[in-house]
This record gives sequence, structure tokens and C-alpha cells, in this order.
Amino acid sequence: MMQELLQYLFAGITNGAIYAVIALGFSTLYNATDLINFAQGEFVMLGALLLVTLWLQLGLPLPLAFVLVVLAVGLAGILFERLAIRTVRKPDPIVLVIITVGASIFLRGVGMVVWGRDPMAVPPFSELESIEIAGAYLLPQSLWIFGIVMILVVALTLFYKRTLTGKAMSACAINKRAASLLGIGTERMTLMAFALATGLGAVAGIMIAPITMATYDMGSMLGLKGFCAAMLGGLGSLWGALLGGFVLGIAEAMGVGFVSSGLKDAIAFLLLLLILYIRPTGILGVKSSHRF
Amino acid sequence: MKNSGPNEKGLLRIENANKSFGGVHAVRDVSFEVQEGVIQALIGPNGAGKTTLFNLITGVFPLDTGHIIFNDQDTGDKKIFNLVSMGIARTFQNVELFTGMTVLENVLVGLHVRTKCGFLGAIARLPNVQREEKEAREKAMHWLDFVGLAHAANNKAGDLAFGWQRSVEIARALASEPRLMLLDEPAAGLNANETGQLGDLMRQIRDLGVTLLLVEHDMSLTMEIADRIVVLDQGAKLSEGTPREVQADEKVIAAYLGA
Amino acid sequence: MVFTLFAAVIICTGAALEGDYYHEQLLTFIGIFTLLAVGLNMLMGYAGQISLGHAAFYGIGAYTTGALTVHLQWSPWASLPCALIMAGVIAYIVGKPTLKLSGYYLGMGTLGFGMIMHVLFREWTTITGGPNGLVGIPSLSLWGLDLSTGRNYLYVVWGCVLLTFFICDRLVNSRVGRALRAIHYSEQAASAVGVDTAKAKLQVFVFSAVVAALAGFLYAHMVMFISPGTFTFLASVKLVAMVVIGGMASIWGALLGATFLTLLPEHLSVFADYEMIIYGGILMGVMIFLPQGLTRGVLDIYEKFRAKRKGTVED
Repeated sequence: MMQELLQYLFAGITNGAIYAVIALGFSTLYNATDLINFAQGEFVMLGALLLVTLWLQLGLPLPLAFVLVVLAVGLAGILFERLAIRTVRKPDPIVLVIITVGASIFLRGVGMVVWGRDPMAVPPFSELESIEIAGAYLLPQSLWIFGIVMILVVALTLFYKRTLTGKAMSACAINKRAASLLGIGTERMTLMAFALATGLGAVAGIMIAPITMATYDMGSMLGLKGFCAAMLGGLGSLWGALLGGFVLGIAEAMGVGFVSSGLKDAIAFLLLLLILYIRPTGILGVKSSHRF
Repeated sequence: MKNSGPNEKGLLRIENANKSFGGVHAVRDVSFEVQEGVIQALIGPNGAGKTTLFNLITGVFPLDTGHIIFNDQDTGDKKIFNLVSMGIARTFQNVELFTGMTVLENVLVGLHVRTKCGFLGAIARLPNVQREEKEAREKAMHWLDFVGLAHAANNKAGDLAFGWQRSVEIARALASEPRLMLLDEPAAGLNANETGQLGDLMRQIRDLGVTLLLVEHDMSLTMEIADRIVVLDQGAKLSEGTPREVQADEKVIAAYLGA
Repeated sequence: MVFTLFAAVIICTGAALEGDYYHEQLLTFIGIFTLLAVGLNMLMGYAGQISLGHAAFYGIGAYTTGALTVHLQWSPWASLPCALIMAGVIAYIVGKPTLKLSGYYLGMGTLGFGMIMHVLFREWTTITGGPNGLVGIPSLSLWGLDLSTGRNYLYVVWGCVLLTFFICDRLVNSRVGRALRAIHYSEQAASAVGVDTAKAKLQVFVFSAVVAALAGFLYAHMVMFISPGTFTFLASVKLVAMVVIGGMASIWGALLGATFLTLLPEHLSVFADYEMIIYGGILMGVMIFLPQGLTRGVLDIYEKFRAKRKGTVED
């Protein structure tokens, strides 16, 4: 029993770390622009599929492929902002939802045409044996994921606290008009936020590819779960995204382990509905939800 | 009536209102009353907290501490739309009309809280619904006539000149049959001629028995039509009285000259 | 008046198509999609909210009646109210927490809901038949009249469309409809004049879900076989695209959007592979360039053009 529990916990934390990174993408963008990008999951998909091309098909070394994938997806995010978001004349939520949903289905279509319909297997980052802890097995890929998430969190914290651009971005998050009065270019911040959010999506895609395989339609469910994680922790909060991701990952693993595996995808949605009912600001969220 | 003493209970009572945003104490310990049947103005230099106080009274955001009491009821736990049915109507500084709807339809939305027809009623359209709709249209036309815009009833609200849009907004507010009407800088964006007409309109509204509270920047309008004035400065109440009393108050003069 | 004319057009078309099974069926499908689009249009065009899981309500309508008639041998006419009520209650549960918040949340809530329902349709094999679908749904008949023939069913479906148009038209031009349109233009002002915006939006969301369930009911008893592949996220996106093409806040636009997107795959053989790219492109393109929707946008451009020409003539 203990052994099983530990095994599910490992699986939960691993998936949770990935949800957390996707959630970080949602929060970064929401902070800078008040926008929720329904295509976030598709950037995760792009990350996974580009990794297949660069690492497995072109044979680039993994670290180089990693960096190139993140840069390429970040660039796609910038293009997306320039072409589809900046050009909107009437930025109502409903218009932006339709545009980002359109982008999501468009990218999925592109993914299908370019990479085909079949899922592609991706080997783990290193060919090590699983580590046994108290009878449960920990995959080396999980260790990679924890490591990458730790580095991301430290880097993001430093970015927001220490660099001028990061501070400017947090200022935008608190009050956009005041920030622009202080001479912070909100346009550039929006662009930065898109690049950062989609780049984070790519990182998540790269990390999850060896666990679930890579396909053109992997993005929608991951996007939804990332959003759920962001909402759970509190949309816009860095630590909230992490907490939300792990809570969701562990809840899913336990649900699959102890109740039914068919339940897996339903748990995210049920948690989302629950958090919207009882506390729309999330566990750590302080920013009050908009009244209008 | 106009000069009723402070011991008579006002229609609207603000008691020790406080509101902070982050570190900014936007409204500090403000108390005053608005007596029924008067035109009262809330003035002050930029950043005095007028708009914040206005938004507190209209329920846009909640108070930190203190009470706002309307007609002996605390408004603290009321939703915005409940305040309207209690008898508080408002207009917006930048005029918020439903631009794609006709002028008449805008005023009809103002009658929302005074009509009842629900979802199923609208589908079935029984005689009582038809009667209600007919009466609502008559009332809406009455209010359009009152503000002098009956002829524009079927124009799109967004197509009207700005001054007229403001009048539509006032008609829409009147349609909810308020006891208290809050006007957020009603003269903003109007020329001198239009401002004069607005002053007349406000007196007519008061004569209907509706109490008016306006936040205003235009001093000449305020001094001319207000029965009573409250002056705010840096979030706190600086002075209160008739226009003459306020104008003579040295603190007020200092605040305005200093600003 | 318009409705009488519309009814006449339907009756004549039905008569003219007698025996042309392919076109009868195509027209019936257009009717079903028009129903879905017009319900969604009430939500999107009038209340300014979006549902990305409307195919799920369509599916709830179809599977509820399917399960009741196949497993319990109910009469379709008894299962119809159950299907509608089921969709309405579920919409209420999903809409209640999300509609109090800004426009993004109903979108995300319904997106998640749609995916979960799709999983449920596929996995809950005892009730839904699983991935293989539910077979043996009875066709409709009324007082001995067989409604399942091509032309009769066409009349049934388009009768429902006409009824729904009629209801929507009455709603739009009533106290309720005015409040909804007001929310669309300025939610802030609408609540400041006393509209309970959350309640109004919830009502119209439930209404649009019920209309979708009606479409699902009609679909299930038409094809007599339902499977999860019909009720996917892509199907929901297609419905949004119909509304967007037809122009939001226009009952007749829904008819146009549904017709266009039902006929397009019929005439475009490369469609299957590029389906998603096309829908995605349509959604982005229309929203960026003509946010009022294709019909409205084109009409606006035409009117501007005409006004300009008129202006030059008068000069």
C-alpha cells in the first residue's frame, strides 16, 4: 500500500511539474496582458514535435535541440502576437477567445499536416536505470523534469526580482496605465510576455514528449490542465502555478491509482469547476477577479 | 426642506468611509449626509477621492471600513443591480450608452428594474406582457420627452452628438424611478450652452422630487445649482455647507490655490 | 410575416426535392446545424459569451434520447423532455460559477466540459455503446404517421428551426433581450441600470444548451446511430465558426453560417486534411478583419461604399 502510494506520488509529481510549467505560461501572459491564450497547449505540442524533428530526425545534440526548439516556439509566439493579437480592433474577451481558439485549431491542423497523425515515441533524455526508493521506481526522466523546473523557477524569480525588464513586467501586471505613464513600453512587454509564455510551453512539450509520446492533438488536454493548474494556484501567481500544478498532478495520479483510470482527464475539469465555485482567485491568488 | 438641520436623518448617509488601494488611502474617514430633495455637489481638486467615493456609493467596489446608508438600509452587502431597485441611479463620466441600440431601447433598459417580464413571459407574450411592454414604451417616451429627445427615439444611440448622449443617459437613469441620482461629472465634455441647459434639467429633476448628488469639476455650474456642497481634499472631507459658505472657507481657497 | 414567407419557402423546397434523397438529407442536416448555430448565436451575439463545448450539449441531447429509447425502450416523445432538461441542468451547473467572472472563464469551463463529455461518451460503454456507438435508435412517428421519410423529417427539422427562430425573435425584442444586448455593449452600464448580468447570461446559456440538445435529439432519431466522433471539440469549434461567419447577433446569419459550413466540405474534396487549418483560419481572419462577423462586415463595407458613391453623386 505504502509502496503503491509512493509510486503514484512519483507519477503525480512528474506530471504535476509539467502542468506547472504550462501554468506558468498562462500566468506570465495573464499578468502582462490580462489575456488567456486558448492556444497555449498548441505551443506545448509544437515544442514536442519540433524536438522530434531536431533531435531525432536531424540528429542534433539534445541540449542544442532543446535551446533551438524553445527559441523557435518563442518566435512563433511573437509572430502570433504580431499577426493575430495586435491587429485586433475590438479587444473584447470574446473576440480574443475566438482568435486564440482559431489559432489553436489552426496550429493543430498544421501539426497534423507536417508531422502526420501517428504518435511518435521519444526516448528519455538519458539511458539510465530507474531508481528504486522504498519499493517504488523513480524514472530518470522525472529527475530531469524536476531539475529543469527548479532551474526555471530560480531563473524566473531572478528575472522578475533582479532585472529591469522583469521588474517592468511585474509593474505592468499591477497597473498597466500607471506603468505606461512611467514610460514602460507596454507594447514591448506584451511581446516579451508572449515570447516567454510560449517558450515555457515549448519547455513543457520537450519534457513531456518522452513520457506520453508526441502527437498533433496532445495540446488541447495539456493546455486545459495547465489552465486548471494556474486557476487552482491563483492565476497570475508564480508560486501558485507551481502549487496548482503539483496539486493537480498528484490528485490525478491518486484518482487513477485508487479509483479508475478512465477518471484521469475528468479530475482536472472537476477541480477547475470546484475552484471556480468556491474560490475563483485560487489558493494563493490575491488579485481580485474582475467584476466586469 | 433645503436647509433641514443635521439631526434630521438624510436620504443618503456616509459614515466614516475608508478605502485604500495598495498603499494609497484614497478615501479617509469621510462622513456626510444628503438630505432628500436637494442638489448636492461633491467637489475637490484632482485626486481628492471624489470618483472613488462615487464608486463606493454606487457599489462598484466595497468599503474597507465605515457604512453607506441609503433610506435607512446599509448598502454594504448589496449588489450593484440591487442598489438600482432600491432607488439609486447613476450616470457615467464618459457616458456609457448601449451604442448599437436605439435611444428608446436604451431608456427601456433603464426600466428593467421596474418591469417584470421574464424569459418564458417573453416567449409566450401573453396579454399582461404586451400591456407591460406598451406601458414601458410610453414611460420611456415620456422620459425622452422630458430631456427633449423624443424626436430621436429611433436613432442609434451611438450616432447622437455627445451632448445628446448625455441626455439619453440621464433619461435612462430617470426611467429606473430613482430617489437618488448620482451624476459623475455631468458637465464634462459639454460646451457652455449645453452646460447651461444641463443646469436647468437638473433643477427640473430635483423638482420631480429626485435627490441629486453630483461629482463635478466645473465650479461655475456647481456654485450656481447646488444647494449644498461637500469639499474633499486628499481623500478627506475639508469643508461642507452652502455654496456661499464653502466659497468663503479659507481651507477651501487654500486647497484650490495650492493645487 | 417573414416567418410565414420562410415557412412557405421550406414547404416549396421540400415539395420540389421529392425523391431527391441526397439533397433532402443535406437540407435536413443544414437545418440541424442551423438550430445549433442559432442557439449558440444567442449566447455569443447577444450576451457576448462563448461556449467552446456546444457539441457536448448536442451530444447530451442525442445520447439521452438514445440511451432511453434503446436501453429502456422509451417512446422518443417521452425522452425528448428528458434530453432537454438534462442539457439545461448541466448547463446551469457549468455556467453558474463561470458566468460571474470575465468572458474567458465560460470559454475555458465549456472547453473542459466538452472534452470530458467526449471522454464520457467514449468510455461509458454500458450506456453509450463506447467508441462503436449506440445502435438501434428508433425513428420518429406521430399518430401513425411515419416521420422518418426524407421529406417528412425535413419538415420536422425545419419546423423546429422555424419555431426556434420565432422564439429567439421574441426574446431579442423583449425586456430580457434588451438586457442581453445591453450586456453585450457595456456590461458595466447594464449592471448600473439594474440588470442582474450574471443571471441574464446564465439564462441564455441554459437556453442555448437546450436548443443544442433539441438538435441532438433530432440528429439521433434521424441517423438512428450515434458515436462519440460527432461530438468532439472540433465540432464545437465548427459551430463557433458558423456563428462567426453568419455574423454575431443575427438570427438569419446563423442560417447562412450553417449552410455555408455544411456545404463547404461537400464541394471541397481536399477538405478533410485541411479541415482544421481552414476553420482556424476562418475564425482568426474574420475576427481580425470583420469582428462583426462576415455578413455584417460585408454589409457594412457595402453600405459605406454606397454612401460614398451617393456622396460623390450629390457633390
